[in-house]
Amino acid sequence: MNTAPRLLDRSRAVPLLIGKHEDFLIVAGLAGAAKDIGNLTKESPNTFLLGGAMGGAAMVAAGLAITQPDKRVLLVTGDGELLMALGSLATIGAVQPKNLAIVCVDNECYGETGDQPTHTSFGIDLKATAEACGIKTTRLVTSEAEMAEASALLRQSNGPVFVLLKVTGAPPPQYSRNWQASETKTAFRKALLGKR
Amino acid sequence: MSNTSGQPWAEEIYDRLRKAKVDTFCYVPDGGHKRLIVRCNEDPEVKAVPLTTEQEGVALAAGVHLGGSRSVLLMQSSGVGNCINMLSLIDIGRFPFLGIVTMRGEFGEGNPWQLNMGRAVQATLEAVGVHCLRAETAEEVAEVTQAAITMAFGAEMAVCLLLSQRLIGAKAF
Repeated sequence: MNTAPRLLDRSRAVPLLIGKHEDFLIVAGLAGAAKDIGNLTKESPNTFLLGGAMGGAAMVAAGLAITQPDKRVLLVTGDGELLMALGSLATIGAVQPKNLAIVCVDNECYGETGDQPTHTSFGIDLKATAEACGIKTTRLVTSEAEMAEASALLRQSNGPVFVLLKVTGAPPPQYSRNWQASETKTAFRKALLGKR
Repeated sequence: MSNTSGQPWAEEIYDRLRKAKVDTFCYVPDGGHKRLIVRCNEDPEVKAVPLTTEQEGVALAAGVHLGGSRSVLLMQSSGVGNCINMLSLIDIGRFPFLGIVTMRGEFGEGNPWQLNMGRAVQATLEAVGVHCLRAETAEEVAEVTQAAITMAFGAEMAVCLLLSQRLIGAKAF
Protein backbone atom coordinates (compact mmCIF):
# COMPACT_ATOMS: atom_id res chain seq x y z
CA MET A 1 0.00 0.00 0.00
CA ASN A 2 1.19 3.44 -0.86
CA THR A 3 0.67 5.91 1.97
CA ALA A 4 3.10 8.61 0.87
CA PRO A 5 2.11 12.15 1.91
CA ARG A 6 0.91 14.38 -0.90
CA LEU A 7 2.55 17.78 -0.71
CA LEU A 8 3.27 18.76 -4.31
CA ASP A 9 1.03 21.14 -6.25
CA ARG A 10 0.65 19.87 -9.80
CA SER A 11 0.88 23.34 -11.34
CA ARG A 12 4.48 23.58 -10.16
CA ALA A 13 5.38 19.89 -10.01
CA VAL A 14 4.49 18.82 -13.56
CA PRO A 15 6.65 21.48 -15.29
CA LEU A 16 9.48 20.81 -12.85
CA LEU A 17 9.41 17.09 -13.51
CA ILE A 18 9.14 17.35 -17.28
CA GLY A 19 11.68 20.13 -17.71
CA LYS A 20 12.38 21.03 -21.34
CA HIS A 21 9.22 19.72 -23.00
CA GLU A 22 10.74 19.93 -26.48
CA ASP A 23 12.75 16.82 -25.59
CA PHE A 24 9.57 14.77 -26.07
CA LEU A 25 6.64 13.99 -28.27
CA ILE A 26 3.88 14.33 -25.66
CA VAL A 27 0.48 12.64 -25.42
CA ALA A 28 -1.71 13.82 -22.56
CA GLY A 29 -4.91 12.26 -21.26
CA LEU A 30 -8.14 14.11 -20.77
CA ALA A 31 -9.04 16.60 -18.02
CA GLY A 32 -6.30 17.61 -15.56
CA ALA A 33 -3.40 16.06 -17.47
CA ALA A 34 -4.43 17.87 -20.66
CA LYS A 35 -4.53 21.16 -18.74
CA ASP A 36 -1.13 20.51 -17.15
CA ILE A 37 0.43 19.85 -20.53
CA GLY A 38 -1.53 22.41 -22.53
CA ASN A 39 -0.45 25.09 -20.10
CA LEU A 40 3.17 23.90 -20.25
CA THR A 41 3.53 23.61 -24.02
CA LYS A 42 0.75 25.99 -25.16
CA GLU A 43 -0.05 23.10 -27.50
CA SER A 44 3.17 23.39 -29.45
CA PRO A 45 3.11 20.76 -32.20
CA ASN A 46 4.98 18.17 -30.14
CA THR A 47 1.75 17.91 -28.12
CA PHE A 48 -1.40 15.84 -28.61
CA LEU A 49 -4.08 16.33 -25.96
CA LEU A 50 -7.05 14.02 -25.58
CA GLY A 51 -10.33 15.61 -24.54
CA GLY A 52 -12.34 12.44 -24.02
CA ALA A 53 -11.94 8.76 -24.96
CA MET A 54 -11.02 8.16 -21.33
CA GLY A 55 -8.45 5.41 -20.98
CA GLY A 56 -7.04 5.97 -24.46
CA ALA A 57 -3.99 8.14 -23.86
CA ALA A 58 -1.66 5.29 -22.88
CA MET A 59 -2.20 3.38 -26.10
CA VAL A 60 -2.02 6.51 -28.26
CA ALA A 61 1.40 7.10 -26.72
CA ALA A 62 2.36 3.44 -27.15
CA GLY A 63 1.37 3.48 -30.82
CA LEU A 64 3.39 6.65 -31.36
CA ALA A 65 6.39 5.17 -29.52
CA ILE A 66 6.56 1.97 -31.56
CA THR A 67 6.14 3.97 -34.78
CA GLN A 68 8.83 6.53 -33.91
CA PRO A 69 11.46 4.46 -32.08
CA ASP A 70 14.11 7.18 -32.38
CA LYS A 71 12.02 9.83 -30.63
CA ARG A 72 11.34 10.04 -26.92
CA VAL A 73 7.59 9.76 -26.27
CA LEU A 74 6.06 11.04 -23.03
CA LEU A 75 2.62 10.04 -21.80
CA VAL A 76 1.08 12.25 -19.12
CA THR A 77 -2.12 10.89 -17.64
CA GLY A 78 -4.13 11.09 -14.45
CA ASP A 79 -4.76 8.34 -11.94
CA GLY A 80 -8.44 8.20 -12.88
CA GLU A 81 -7.72 7.65 -16.55
CA LEU A 82 -4.99 5.11 -15.92
CA LEU A 83 -7.25 3.12 -13.60
CA MET A 84 -9.68 2.83 -16.49
CA ALA A 85 -6.97 1.35 -18.70
CA LEU A 86 -4.82 -0.85 -16.48
CA GLY A 87 -4.68 -3.38 -19.28
CA SER A 88 -2.74 -0.83 -21.30
CA LEU A 89 0.07 -1.08 -18.75
CA ALA A 90 0.14 -4.84 -19.39
CA THR A 91 0.24 -4.28 -23.14
CA ILE A 92 3.07 -1.75 -22.76
CA GLY A 93 4.87 -4.27 -20.56
CA ALA A 94 4.40 -6.95 -23.21
CA VAL A 95 5.68 -4.74 -26.03
CA GLN A 96 8.42 -2.93 -24.01
CA PRO A 97 8.73 0.24 -26.08
CA LYS A 98 12.21 1.48 -25.12
CA ASN A 99 11.40 5.12 -25.86
CA LEU A 100 8.20 5.50 -23.84
CA ALA A 101 8.10 7.43 -20.58
CA ILE A 102 4.95 7.61 -18.50
CA VAL A 103 4.07 10.22 -15.90
CA CYS A 104 0.94 9.55 -13.89
CA VAL A 105 -0.21 12.67 -12.06
CA ASP A 106 -1.91 11.09 -9.07
CA ASN A 107 -4.16 13.43 -7.08
CA GLU A 108 -6.25 10.54 -5.75
CA CYS A 109 -9.45 12.08 -7.05
CA TYR A 110 -11.55 12.79 -10.14
CA GLY A 111 -10.88 16.52 -10.21
CA GLU A 112 -13.01 17.14 -13.30
CA THR A 113 -16.23 15.79 -11.85
CA GLY A 114 -16.27 17.00 -8.25
CA ASP A 115 -13.22 15.48 -6.54
CA GLN A 116 -14.68 12.05 -5.94
CA PRO A 117 -11.96 9.73 -4.58
CA THR A 118 -10.22 7.38 -6.99
CA HIS A 119 -9.03 3.92 -6.06
CA THR A 120 -5.55 5.30 -5.36
CA SER A 121 -7.05 7.12 -2.36
CA PHE A 122 -7.78 3.68 -0.94
CA GLY A 123 -4.14 2.71 -1.29
CA ILE A 124 -4.18 1.13 -4.74
CA ASP A 125 -0.60 1.58 -5.89
CA LEU A 126 -0.14 2.39 -9.58
CA LYS A 127 3.66 2.27 -9.35
CA ALA A 128 3.49 -1.30 -8.07
CA THR A 129 0.92 -2.05 -10.79
CA ALA A 130 3.28 -0.76 -13.47
CA GLU A 131 6.09 -2.92 -12.04
CA ALA A 132 3.84 -5.96 -11.99
CA CYS A 133 3.01 -5.23 -15.63
CA GLY A 134 6.66 -5.51 -16.61
CA ILE A 135 7.69 -1.85 -16.53
CA LYS A 136 10.96 -2.32 -14.70
CA THR A 137 12.05 1.28 -14.19
CA THR A 138 9.66 3.13 -11.89
CA ARG A 139 9.84 5.99 -9.43
CA LEU A 140 7.55 7.51 -6.83
CA VAL A 141 7.95 11.27 -6.62
CA THR A 142 6.51 13.02 -3.59
CA SER A 143 8.92 15.92 -3.15
CA GLU A 144 10.94 18.39 -5.22
CA ALA A 145 14.13 16.73 -4.00
CA GLU A 146 13.23 13.65 -6.06
CA MET A 147 12.52 15.57 -9.25
CA ALA A 148 15.93 15.83 -10.88
CA GLU A 149 16.63 12.12 -10.87
CA ALA A 150 13.15 11.28 -12.12
CA SER A 151 13.37 13.95 -14.82
CA ALA A 152 16.60 12.40 -16.10
CA LEU A 153 15.00 8.95 -16.07
CA LEU A 154 12.21 10.16 -18.35
CA ARG A 155 14.94 10.83 -20.90
CA GLN A 156 16.75 7.52 -20.61
CA SER A 157 16.47 5.20 -23.58
CA ASN A 158 16.65 1.63 -22.38
CA GLY A 159 13.06 0.72 -21.65
CA PRO A 160 9.66 2.02 -20.64
CA VAL A 161 9.76 4.24 -17.55
CA PHE A 162 6.92 4.95 -15.14
CA VAL A 163 6.89 7.89 -12.72
CA LEU A 164 4.08 8.23 -10.22
CA LEU A 165 3.85 11.90 -9.28
CA LYS A 166 1.82 12.28 -6.11
CA VAL A 167 0.14 15.68 -5.93
CA THR A 168 -2.41 17.42 -3.74
CA GLY A 169 -6.01 17.84 -4.78
CA ALA A 170 -5.33 21.42 -5.90
CA PRO A 171 -6.78 22.10 -9.36
CA PRO A 172 -4.68 22.04 -12.53
CA PRO A 173 -3.72 25.34 -14.17
CA GLN A 174 -6.42 27.15 -16.12
CA TYR A 175 -5.86 26.63 -19.81
CA SER A 176 -8.15 27.28 -22.75
CA ARG A 177 -7.40 24.46 -25.15
CA ASN A 178 -8.08 23.57 -28.75
CA TRP A 179 -10.82 20.91 -28.70
CA GLN A 180 -10.48 20.12 -32.40
CA ALA A 181 -8.31 17.02 -32.41
CA SER A 182 -8.27 16.91 -36.20
CA GLU A 183 -6.40 20.25 -36.16
CA THR A 184 -3.92 19.29 -33.47
CA LYS A 185 -3.36 15.92 -35.18
CA THR A 186 -2.51 17.67 -38.43
CA ALA A 187 -0.20 20.17 -36.73
CA PHE A 188 1.54 17.31 -34.90
CA ARG A 189 2.08 15.32 -38.10
CA LYS A 190 3.28 18.34 -40.07
CA ALA A 191 5.90 19.11 -37.43
CA LEU A 192 7.03 15.50 -37.07
CA LEU A 193 6.66 14.17 -40.60
CA GLY A 194 6.57 17.25 -42.78
CA LYS A 195 3.21 16.23 -44.21
CA ARG A 196 -0.41 16.30 -43.21
CA MET B 1 -13.24 -23.16 -35.38
CA SER B 2 -14.01 -26.09 -37.58
CA ASN B 3 -12.20 -24.91 -40.67
CA THR B 4 -9.43 -22.49 -39.77
CA SER B 5 -6.61 -24.66 -41.06
CA GLY B 6 -6.83 -23.43 -44.63
CA GLN B 7 -8.15 -19.86 -44.58
CA PRO B 8 -6.73 -19.06 -48.03
CA TRP B 9 -8.75 -15.84 -48.00
CA ALA B 10 -6.79 -14.78 -44.93
CA GLU B 11 -3.55 -14.95 -46.92
CA GLU B 12 -5.18 -12.65 -49.44
CA ILE B 13 -6.10 -10.16 -46.71
CA TYR B 14 -2.60 -10.26 -45.25
CA ASP B 15 -0.86 -9.70 -48.56
CA ARG B 16 -3.08 -6.76 -49.44
CA LEU B 17 -2.57 -5.13 -46.05
CA ARG B 18 1.19 -5.46 -46.37
CA LYS B 19 1.15 -4.16 -49.92
CA ALA B 20 -0.72 -1.13 -48.56
CA LYS B 21 2.15 -0.57 -46.07
CA VAL B 22 0.18 -1.59 -42.98
CA ASP B 23 3.02 -2.40 -40.60
CA THR B 24 1.34 -2.58 -37.19
CA PHE B 25 -1.09 -5.39 -36.48
CA CYS B 26 -2.89 -5.40 -33.14
CA TYR B 27 -5.36 -7.98 -32.03
CA VAL B 28 -7.45 -9.75 -29.46
CA PRO B 29 -7.40 -13.31 -30.79
CA ASP B 30 -10.23 -15.06 -32.56
CA GLY B 31 -10.20 -18.36 -34.37
CA GLY B 32 -11.20 -16.59 -37.55
CA HIS B 33 -8.08 -14.42 -37.32
CA LYS B 34 -5.75 -17.33 -36.64
CA ARG B 35 -3.84 -17.12 -39.92
CA LEU B 36 -3.50 -13.33 -39.84
CA ILE B 37 -2.14 -13.50 -36.30
CA VAL B 38 0.38 -16.17 -37.27
CA ARG B 39 1.43 -14.22 -40.37
CA CYS B 40 1.94 -10.90 -38.59
CA ASN B 41 3.96 -12.53 -35.82
CA GLU B 42 6.19 -14.26 -38.36
CA ASP B 43 6.82 -11.11 -40.39
CA PRO B 44 10.04 -9.36 -39.29
CA GLU B 45 8.87 -6.11 -40.88
CA VAL B 46 5.67 -6.00 -38.83
CA LYS B 47 4.99 -4.89 -35.28
CA ALA B 48 2.50 -7.38 -33.82
CA VAL B 49 0.79 -6.05 -30.70
CA PRO B 50 -1.38 -8.34 -28.56
CA LEU B 51 -4.01 -6.37 -26.64
CA THR B 52 -5.88 -6.98 -23.40
CA THR B 53 -9.03 -5.37 -24.81
CA GLU B 54 -10.01 -4.20 -28.26
CA GLN B 55 -10.35 -0.53 -27.33
CA GLU B 56 -6.59 -0.42 -26.84
CA GLY B 57 -6.24 -1.06 -30.56
CA VAL B 58 -8.43 1.90 -31.43
CA ALA B 59 -6.21 4.25 -29.42
CA LEU B 60 -3.12 2.56 -30.82
CA ALA B 61 -4.31 3.31 -34.36
CA ALA B 62 -4.39 7.03 -33.53
CA GLY B 63 -0.86 6.90 -32.13
CA VAL B 64 0.48 4.98 -35.11
CA HIS B 65 -1.04 7.55 -37.46
CA LEU B 66 0.46 10.42 -35.44
CA GLY B 67 3.79 8.69 -35.94
CA GLY B 68 3.28 8.37 -39.69
CA SER B 69 2.43 4.73 -40.22
CA ARG B 70 -0.56 2.41 -40.70
CA SER B 71 -2.19 -0.15 -38.41
CA VAL B 72 -5.02 -2.62 -38.42
CA LEU B 73 -7.10 -3.95 -35.51
CA LEU B 74 -8.17 -7.60 -35.65
CA MET B 75 -11.10 -8.55 -33.44
CA GLN B 76 -14.21 -10.63 -33.02
CA SER B 77 -17.69 -9.13 -33.18
CA SER B 78 -18.00 -9.18 -29.38
CA GLY B 79 -14.91 -6.95 -29.25
CA VAL B 80 -16.67 -4.21 -31.18
CA GLY B 81 -18.72 -3.55 -28.07
CA ASN B 82 -15.50 -2.78 -26.18
CA CYS B 83 -14.48 -0.12 -28.73
CA ILE B 84 -17.45 2.20 -28.95
CA ASN B 85 -16.45 5.14 -26.75
CA MET B 86 -12.81 4.92 -27.87
CA LEU B 87 -13.95 5.34 -31.47
CA SER B 88 -14.87 8.94 -30.56
CA LEU B 89 -11.12 9.61 -30.70
CA ILE B 90 -11.01 8.37 -34.29
CA ASP B 91 -14.05 10.43 -35.30
CA ILE B 92 -13.15 13.72 -33.63
CA GLY B 93 -9.54 13.45 -34.79
CA ARG B 94 -10.49 12.26 -38.28
CA PHE B 95 -7.94 9.51 -37.94
CA PRO B 96 -7.82 6.78 -40.57
CA PHE B 97 -8.90 3.52 -38.98
CA LEU B 98 -9.18 -0.04 -40.23
CA GLY B 99 -10.69 -2.86 -38.20
CA ILE B 100 -11.27 -6.39 -39.39
CA VAL B 101 -14.11 -8.07 -37.53
CA THR B 102 -14.79 -11.79 -37.61
CA MET B 103 -18.52 -12.18 -37.12
CA ARG B 104 -20.07 -14.43 -34.50
CA GLY B 105 -23.69 -14.79 -33.56
CA GLU B 106 -24.97 -15.29 -37.07
CA PHE B 107 -24.83 -18.21 -39.53
CA GLY B 108 -24.82 -21.46 -37.55
CA GLU B 109 -23.77 -19.94 -34.19
CA GLY B 110 -23.91 -22.49 -31.37
CA ASN B 111 -23.23 -20.11 -28.48
CA PRO B 112 -26.16 -17.85 -27.61
CA TRP B 113 -23.86 -15.42 -25.74
CA GLN B 114 -22.55 -14.29 -29.12
CA LEU B 115 -25.92 -13.24 -30.49
CA ASN B 116 -26.23 -9.75 -28.97
CA MET B 117 -23.04 -8.24 -30.29
CA GLY B 118 -23.37 -10.16 -33.51
CA ARG B 119 -26.64 -8.31 -34.08
CA ALA B 120 -25.32 -4.98 -32.84
CA VAL B 121 -21.96 -4.73 -34.65
CA GLN B 122 -22.97 -2.81 -37.74
CA ALA B 123 -25.54 -0.57 -36.05
CA THR B 124 -23.19 0.46 -33.24
CA LEU B 125 -20.19 1.00 -35.50
CA GLU B 126 -22.23 3.14 -37.86
CA ALA B 127 -23.66 5.10 -34.93
CA VAL B 128 -20.13 6.21 -33.95
CA GLY B 129 -19.03 7.04 -37.48
CA VAL B 130 -17.43 3.83 -38.73
CA HIS B 131 -18.26 2.70 -42.25
CA CYS B 132 -18.87 -1.04 -42.56
CA LEU B 133 -18.03 -3.27 -45.51
CA ARG B 134 -18.96 -6.93 -45.46
CA ALA B 135 -17.50 -10.02 -47.13
CA GLU B 136 -19.90 -12.95 -47.30
CA THR B 137 -17.88 -15.44 -49.31
CA ALA B 138 -14.24 -16.34 -49.90
CA GLU B 139 -14.55 -15.19 -53.51
CA GLU B 140 -15.29 -11.58 -52.55
CA VAL B 141 -12.76 -11.20 -49.74
CA ALA B 142 -9.98 -9.76 -51.90
CA GLU B 143 -12.16 -7.14 -53.53
CA VAL B 144 -13.83 -6.03 -50.30
CA THR B 145 -10.49 -5.94 -48.48
CA GLN B 146 -9.05 -3.69 -51.14
CA ALA B 147 -12.08 -1.41 -50.92
CA ALA B 148 -11.65 -1.18 -47.14
CA ILE B 149 -7.93 -0.39 -47.46
CA THR B 150 -8.59 2.35 -50.02
CA MET B 151 -11.30 3.94 -47.90
CA ALA B 152 -9.30 3.74 -44.65
CA PHE B 153 -5.91 4.91 -45.88
CA GLY B 154 -6.73 6.71 -49.11
CA ALA B 155 -9.85 8.57 -48.06
CA GLU B 156 -8.75 8.48 -44.38
CA MET B 157 -12.07 7.18 -43.17
CA ALA B 158 -12.90 4.91 -40.26
CA VAL B 159 -13.74 1.52 -41.75
CA CYS B 160 -14.49 -1.93 -40.46
CA LEU B 161 -14.37 -4.97 -42.70
CA LEU B 162 -16.85 -7.56 -41.42
CA LEU B 163 -16.05 -11.17 -42.28
CA SER B 164 -19.25 -13.20 -42.16
CA GLN B 165 -19.59 -16.24 -39.96
CA ARG B 166 -20.51 -18.24 -43.04
CA LEU B 167 -17.10 -17.36 -44.45
CA ILE B 168 -15.05 -18.15 -41.33
CA GLY B 169 -17.12 -21.14 -40.29
CA ALA B 170 -19.19 -21.67 -37.14
CA LYS B 171 -17.36 -23.01 -34.10
CA ALA B 172 -18.42 -26.48 -33.03
CA PHE B 173 -19.81 -26.78 -29.46
